[in-house]
Amino acid sequence: MTKADIVERIYERVGFSKKEAAEVVESIFEVIKTRLEAGEKVKISGFGNFLINDKRPRKGRNPQTGEEIIISGRRVLSFKPSQVLKRTINGPS
Amino acid sequence: MTKRDLIDEIVRLYPVYSRREAEVIVNSVFESMTEALCRGDRIEIRGFGSFVVKHRKAREGRNPKTGEIVAVGSKRVPFFKVGKELKNRVDSRSPDAAVAPAAEPVEDSAPV
Repeated sequence: MTKADIVERIYERVGFSKKEAAEVVESIFEVIKTRLEAGEKVKISGFGNFLINDKRPRKGRNPQTGEEIIISGRRVLSFKPSQVLKRTINGPS
Repeated sequence: MTKRDLIDEIVRLYPVYSRREAEVIVNSVFESMTEALCRGDRIEIRGFGSFVVKHRKAREGRNPKTGEIVAVGSKRVPFFKVGKELKNRVDSRSPDAAVAPAAEPVEDSAPV
């Protein structure tokens, strides 16, 4: 599935033109990205939470050469699926 | 930001939509993604990331409180992998961040 399939869904459900649906879907992801970029978490109830974590620098090793290197500190994004999503994808129980 | 804030933001960006319409649009996006994952489909959102469903085999677990052995059934678990553009936007210190974030290289599989 790609963005095009999501656009198709909006087009069917809401009756927008494809162009309009494509534009609003693009905006939804852009709004989410902008918030994450600002270091804010994004919580979508029923789907999951997109979380920002700051990682401290740590020692690592080049697995090929065995050479010790410092892995720099970084900010990473993680996704925690909601209980509802986990239950849903495991089918009706 | 919550889903409600996201809906408010869409109403602000598109004043032609009613709040109700914006709600339907935002919900439709996540519903169609949920349905895709239910079918076991992979979702690929350019510039954002991809979602896949992984299978976990049944295993024996332990109740951490009592130490009792319990059977844990097989299950499907959703995973998200952040896309290059978003990864770089989130981590401004990344050396790649300065390199045109708009030009996103093709990820694992070619999206349409």
